Amino acid sequence: MASPSQAAASARDVGAAAPTSRRRAAAPPTRGKRRLTATVAAYVLVLPAALFYIAFVISPIVRTAQYSLYEWDGISPATWAGLANYVQVFANPTLVGSILNSFELILYFSVVPVILGLFAANVIRGIATSRLATVARTVLFLPQVIPLVAAGIMWTWQLSTKGVVNQFLELVGLGAVARAWLGDTQTALPAVGVIGAWVQLGLCLLLLLAGMTKIDPALYEAARIDGAGPVREFFSITLPSVRQELAVCVTITVISALASFDIIYISTQGGPANSTLVPGLQIYYLAFFQRDIGTASALAMVLMVLVLLVVIPLQRVLRGRDA
Amino acid sequence: MSQSQRSQSRNLLATGIFLVTAFAVTACAPPGGDAPAPEGSSGPVFGGGEPTCGEEDVVLNMYAETGFPLPIELADEFTRQYPNVTFETREDQFAVLTQNAPRVLRDSPPDLMRLPQMSELAEGGLLLDLDPYAEVFGWTQWPESQLEQLRVDEDGRRGDGPLYAMGLNFSMTGVFYNKELAAQIGMSEAPATLEEFDGYLKAAKDAGLTPMAQFNGGATGGLLFPLQGLMASYGETAPINDWIYQKPDATIDTPDNLAAAEHLQRWVDAGYFAPDINSMDYSQMMSRFIGGESVFIFSGDWESGNLDTQMPDNAGFFLVPPLEADGPQGAMSAPLTYGISAFAENPDCAAFFLDWVATNEEARTITVEVGGSHPMGPADAFMPEVAAGSVTEATLAAGDVINEKDGAMDFIANATGAIYAQSWTPNVQRLVAGEQDSAGLLSAVQSDYETEVAD
Repeated sequence: MASPSQAAASARDVGAAAPTSRRRAAAPPTRGKRRLTATVAAYVLVLPAALFYIAFVISPIVRTAQYSLYEWDGISPATWAGLANYVQVFANPTLVGSILNSFELILYFSVVPVILGLFAANVIRGIATSRLATVARTVLFLPQVIPLVAAGIMWTWQLSTKGVVNQFLELVGLGAVARAWLGDTQTALPAVGVIGAWVQLGLCLLLLLAGMTKIDPALYEAARIDGAGPVREFFSITLPSVRQELAVCVTITVISALASFDIIYISTQGGPANSTLVPGLQIYYLAFFQRDIGTASALAMVLMVLVLLVVIPLQRVLRGRDA
Repeated sequence: MSQSQRSQSRNLLATGIFLVTAFAVTACAPPGGDAPAPEGSSGPVFGGGEPTCGEEDVVLNMYAETGFPLPIELADEFTRQYPNVTFETREDQFAVLTQNAPRVLRDSPPDLMRLPQMSELAEGGLLLDLDPYAEVFGWTQWPESQLEQLRVDEDGRRGDGPLYAMGLNFSMTGVFYNKELAAQIGMSEAPATLEEFDGYLKAAKDAGLTPMAQFNGGATGGLLFPLQGLMASYGETAPINDWIYQKPDATIDTPDNLAAAEHLQRWVDAGYFAPDINSMDYSQMMSRFIGGESVFIFSGDWESGNLDTQMPDNAGFFLVPPLEADGPQGAMSAPLTYGISAFAENPDCAAFFLDWVATNEEARTITVEVGGSHPMGPADAFMPEVAAGSVTEATLAAGDVINEKDGAMDFIANATGAIYAQSWTPNVQRLVAGEQDSAGLLSAVQSDYETEVAD
């Protein structure tokens, strides 16, 4: 647990220093009264946002938790089910399989783009002055501005039997491995993962590059004088300096892996043979096609808890003591 | 206590109070069943005589399926004949209709709505009981097989009980073939037996053609089309319907069905299907067939009009052939289901429209020419002339064969709410991937079925 002094230090880090000093300056004469007014004013200012937050974020979560305890088709009166829906989530191999698939997606949605992003950002930082850097940055960031649905459709074509991917494989003499990548139970999940990696790479690159531009060039000069090579520079200066950005990257991409929906819905709809089924998709099918709101809500709650269980420790590890 | 500790406990307290209040507010009442029923009729309103649309202006609120011009064309013709009736039509994809059906039927009740799987909607009291109209209009005199699938009993089982929907037509599935490609493999007319069909499939494969491009990708188990056709060739259709209607002790795992599934597996193993069927959706299948990239496809007569336009004189149709010439055969045959919301504003006029679709000569002509399928109605009702040699002519003729042989079945995907998505689709996809065999397919589906019916 952070000590009070550390907490205060981190509060200053996020820019709370100015209001604190103002409060201190104005404090002595009618300290209690002014403080009360300030507090009331603060709450009044926060109120509209808080109301929206409660109405559109907290309330749906609470309602989902409530629905997860009922057997309900969405229309007729619900019957109390207790924890039966949660038992079903963990007892049904299809639902468990969907959760496992989403964990496998972390590899493609998070690990691959973060590593590639680090590598690409480091290279672009090295050639920062050349025009190539701008071109590389733009090209690599492009997937981020394309709507996910469009990306999904585009990749579905590219990964089809006569798509660009197979054409390329045939061109380089690997025609034997060409296949319907999204239609094969063995390759469908990695193929969907490739689409995800392609989309996430741009975001990671941009975040990490932004972090790298903040590093003082003097550090590199000093390292070079001490005889450090590019690899040593990367591990001793660049990597520790972009830890915050790395934490953001990993958090966002891990969440998008665990809660993925759109890319998979467009490219495979969870098939073939459930090999790309993920909880997000399964919640949608359960709620809207099977009208089993209870189980859908239970799975949604489990998914939320899973995301928190994965992301909170990750935050602690990656951001270190600052967290 | 330091300041930060105080603020921490304050935050905790606030969060606690908030959560308790939130749970208290939402957890008191169970969800559902609390919304008052919207204003509107709760049943037929005609008193004596036949229900009509009357003389005053009526706006019929219709919720149709995107991509099917038939209801729109019928509505236009109806307005031409009855100028006091206009239609306010909203269209959506079938998946959207499926998602929204209960809410729409209750909250903004349409007079006419294209229905997805309807038994839950009927059981939930969202659909109007059409029995009084059936009596008055004489629908009860039609062949019962047309309306059987639209009846739902109080336990939510189909096949029996009050009538909850009507069809704009009834469609039927079979095999479409490309006549030019068929000629290349020596097939000048439809095969008379399954063995003959097997021979043509082998010839197509040997000639380097794709024998069958069948959709089976994503959330679509398109191999059920050939599978169910084969089931009807190997055994009777009545037990299959019993299974779909959830009759007690019904099973899909029978020796006849196993023989059919084994036949399908032989086709898969022999490479008669396109290698990428597990990533192919319905529209890809149609575009490949129309583009001449596949000799055969399994689909339904709803494509007849489309194929007559897109590949005139080049498409043919036949039912999955019997084991022996003139032996039993069958087809999936289901009405294009439209229902009236239990809360609809103009139920009488909507019912009158449905009767008109089945009985008016102009309407029946539109049904055949635009919809490509057989109109509902009495067996001896008017049938329009269709172009000789067209695929529409072939599908209508096939419909007569099915009537003669009493081979109409509902779709095995409609047995329960989840059986298609959760059981049939993944299992037929596994069959293609070599991860499931024909015996395993049927026993897995039967086991899922029993679990679901027991719930």
